[in-house]
Amino acid sequence: MSDVAIAPASPSAGVINPHATGTSLANQVGVLARRSIRGVLSTPAGWMPGIVMPLMLITINSSAMQSSTRIPGFPADRFLDFILVLTFMQAALFATSGAGLGLVRDIESGFLDRLALTPMRSGALVIAQIAGAVTVALLSSVLYVAIGLVFGVDFHAGALGIVVLLAISTWTAFSFASIGAWLALRSGESEALQGVFPLLFASLFLSTVNMPRELIQSDWFRAITRVNPVSYMVDGMRSLIITGWDARVLGECLAILGIVSTIGVAGCARALRRRMAKA
Amino acid sequence: MSGTIVAARAIAWRHLYKWIRVPANFMPTFIFPLIFFTGFAGALGGLGDLPGFDYPANYTSWIFVFSLMQTCLFGGLATGFTIAADFQNGFARRLMLVVPDRRSILLGYVMSTFVRAAIMSCVVTAVALVVGLEMLGSVGEIVGMYLLAWSLSIVGTLWAAGVMFRARNPQLGPAMQIPMFVAIFLAPVYVPIELLHGWLHAAARANPITYVMTAARNLLVGDVDGLLVALAAIATLFVVLAAWALTGVRSAERAGGV
Repeated sequence: MSDVAIAPASPSAGVINPHATGTSLANQVGVLARRSIRGVLSTPAGWMPGIVMPLMLITINSSAMQSSTRIPGFPADRFLDFILVLTFMQAALFATSGAGLGLVRDIESGFLDRLALTPMRSGALVIAQIAGAVTVALLSSVLYVAIGLVFGVDFHAGALGIVVLLAISTWTAFSFASIGAWLALRSGESEALQGVFPLLFASLFLSTVNMPRELIQSDWFRAITRVNPVSYMVDGMRSLIITGWDARVLGECLAILGIVSTIGVAGCARALRRRMAKA
Repeated sequence: MSGTIVAARAIAWRHLYKWIRVPANFMPTFIFPLIFFTGFAGALGGLGDLPGFDYPANYTSWIFVFSLMQTCLFGGLATGFTIAADFQNGFARRLMLVVPDRRSILLGYVMSTFVRAAIMSCVVTAVALVVGLEMLGSVGEIVGMYLLAWSLSIVGTLWAAGVMFRARNPQLGPAMQIPMFVAIFLAPVYVPIELLHGWLHAAARANPITYVMTAARNLLVGDVDGLLVALAAIATLFVVLAAWALTGVRSAERAGGV
């Protein structure tokens, strides 16, 4: 049993055990992350669409767009193999709202301010909300891999490739979650965060998620996919499924993830300092 | 009867006013259909070159009709969330106290969503024209295509209203969204029905939206083929979903509007 007791997953109720004094940051994050995960899992309306919608989309699209595989040069024999990456990306995108909305609730309910009056470090709450959202994304990704295996997806990079795929999808979720947390800390309003979600969603559909770049006919769309960082994340994860080990594609993916997560974490740290200074 | 219309108009006006005044309500209704349209039109042009894909206009035009219908249908879902929010903040309860004929509440939401669908259709069309939409039909045929699409806004509103008058809770939004999402994606969205195989081909054939979408695509290129079947499909959907929505209103009445 942890020596830090925090009430309830219920976002508005946060009571911290005074014995928390002196506990490590990792311990504080652990307790708050469990609270965050319980909060997410206790509201199925919050996490269910994030799992069900991508599954429905790939179930329908893998059949509806199977004809795409007849386009000369298409890199997979089954569209399901090609489109499975969409599920990992959507899980990562939902981490943005998972972390951001969780944090906004804690800001709006005054939980973050009350936390500042305790020995708990406020950074622990931010890290915990991100960790909670990333854990949900990781669990979703494991489910998607399992579903892929059941439906005969041939992961060309093998078992190790699946592990790397899960690691990259988790890192992707972390990058998006940190951006969600940054926006939450900056604005403190759920409306602002909800307004950003469509833009992230757009970044997914304006990427190479539905077609490899070399087979996209529209010049303007090809140009968008080239400057859209999400394309590189998609291509990196997908390469492990349909190609195998492609050092260049994976390198580009990891570089982009490094940049995005650095921006997200730096933004979070800065926004948290400002918010706590105001508090 | 005139009282019903007056109340419906007032509710419709309030709904439209809230839609325009609150960007958080306004923007997603525009952004999501445009995301799908640009994403699909831009990425999937190669599908138009597949053997058996014999649509006379370009792929942008093919996917435009889907986006137009999605815009209209999903506009109804946005109305469903408004209904749920009205129940949550107590406005619906007050509305039910002052409106003698509660069907006017439903009619008001249907009217406002129809107007909204018409406005949003203009935006989607403008973007589509920029990226190469081809309209090969006559003025009458193009108007017919829009009317078919706008009729789906009524279908979407009746469905969403039926769910939300019963649930009265936005948390149950997925129960309203998921069947609609499945219904439109089980139509021939990306390629003609002849190029669909297996279970999806069977599902598309059984899906009434398939016939509306096919007729609208035909009208866009100047062909009236399938129009009567589409009208029959729409009429059937109207009858079934109007009953669903009206019984939902009754359910809310029985619950006292809370």
